[in-house]
Amino acid sequence: MAETGRLTRTAPAAPMFSPVTLLRVAIILAFLAGWELLSRSGWLYRDVVPSWLAIGKALADLLLHADYYFNLGVTAGEIAAALAIGGVSGLAVGIVLGSNRFLAKAYEPYLYYLGPTPKIIFFPIMIMWFGVGPGSKIALGVLSCFFPVALSAAAGMRQIDKVLIKVGKSFRANTWQTVWKIYLPAMRHPIINGIRLGLGVALIGTLLAETKLSNKGIGFLIIQAYSVFDMPRMYAMLIVLFVLAIGANALVGRLGGLHTIRR
Amino acid sequence: MSAAARRRSVYDWMPAALGIGTVVVFFAALEGLIQAGLINRFIVPPPSEIIGSFGRVLTEEHVVSRFFFTLGECFVAGVMITVFGVAGGVLLYRYKLLQQAVETWVAALAAAPVVLAYPLFMVIFGRSAWTIIMIGFVAALSPVVLKTLEGLSGTRKVLINVGKSFNLTGSQQFWKIMFPAALPTMFVGVRLGLIFALINIVGVEFLINYGGLGQLINDLAERYDLPGTYAAICFVILVSVVFFMFLEKAERWLRPVD
Repeated sequence: MAETGRLTRTAPAAPMFSPVTLLRVAIILAFLAGWELLSRSGWLYRDVVPSWLAIGKALADLLLHADYYFNLGVTAGEIAAALAIGGVSGLAVGIVLGSNRFLAKAYEPYLYYLGPTPKIIFFPIMIMWFGVGPGSKIALGVLSCFFPVALSAAAGMRQIDKVLIKVGKSFRANTWQTVWKIYLPAMRHPIINGIRLGLGVALIGTLLAETKLSNKGIGFLIIQAYSVFDMPRMYAMLIVLFVLAIGANALVGRLGGLHTIRR
Repeated sequence: MSAAARRRSVYDWMPAALGIGTVVVFFAALEGLIQAGLINRFIVPPPSEIIGSFGRVLTEEHVVSRFFFTLGECFVAGVMITVFGVAGGVLLYRYKLLQQAVETWVAALAAAPVVLAYPLFMVIFGRSAWTIIMIGFVAALSPVVLKTLEGLSGTRKVLINVGKSFNLTGSQQFWKIMFPAALPTMFVGVRLGLIFALINIVGVEFLINYGGLGQLINDLAERYDLPGTYAAICFVILVSVVFFMFLEKAERWLRPVD
């Protein structure tokens, strides 16, 4: 059988690095070089822009120090508690409002308009109610994450296919079974989206509260580094914190299967 | 009025009445519990005292000038996010390779807790309004960039083809077709950006004890003026809600039909 040129022609070798990757590397290198240049130029006060060597050393020092992990554990515990309390209460309120149009019209505007207010301003009240310990930080985290979870859950409830609910009714599912077997699986994506948003704002709320008044946690370490003007350490902590925050956000989205949604 | 129409109008105002009624009952119950000594008035001041302290806070604490100070910071941050955000979005739309390389970074910046870097900004800009404005700017930039990009990328093909059929130049195509078509989506980004900016600006004012409304709350809390603190918090909530509603109305005006 005669072979056609189209079948025998080999595909051109793919370049080792795509242009996008090369551009990304170029941008990162340009940023690092620009930073180092600025650091050595003396244009800014010493240590405002420390050299990468100093930041790297501070980063290694930070990650090798047990004290850092203790404080990271404190903050992680506060955020987890805030997310658990705020997430569960937000979910419950969202399900109630999403399943009842009358209640939604009565109460949802309050959630909708209170949601975007700056939550850190409630910190003095939280200190009065829950003390200066972890309680006030958790409370601020709860307050921050409640609103996005509740609003996402309410919106998710309204998007559930009515057929699914009718199927549940035809099987005589009780309230608990309907919530557990129909509502929650059907609104998985809006809930995960809400939890993602909730995690982000709970993290910010908890850490900001720690920077304002605390004696342990990552927020405390950041403000301590600021007060002794240890800039390389502060940069190192912010880098780790940003990586952890973005990583946690991406992880929640991935675990919830958000990447599988067809757009 | 027919019975059905009457039922409909009752159904329209009943939920709002229930919402307002719940708030009133909650505060009345709180007042009663505090007056009865079941809740410590040195932790939660009675709502009547909070309402009574509104006038004092407004006059003695220069709330109006503080409000305009915060509004000024929001305005500067808003102008900056609009100029740089729209320019960034246009740049990413114009250069596809750049867009593919950095779009995920811009989205990641939106998820990053930028406000936590406020001590760093204080070192760079000092304890000044610029620290507050710059945090508002950095925290609110990415939604404007992303929404501008989304708006330009979503311009309908038929509109672009109309421009081509009129032999428009690149600049004319952008200003007469692409930009007006993308404007409503861009404004969604600007609205989100302004909300982020306001949240961060008031938050940082509170944290660094400088500026307008955020500093007012910190000041009153440090003086242990509890009714005043609660009244100031209510005032900030009111300002945020009005700001949010105003932006929503502006967006609806700009996007009359979805």
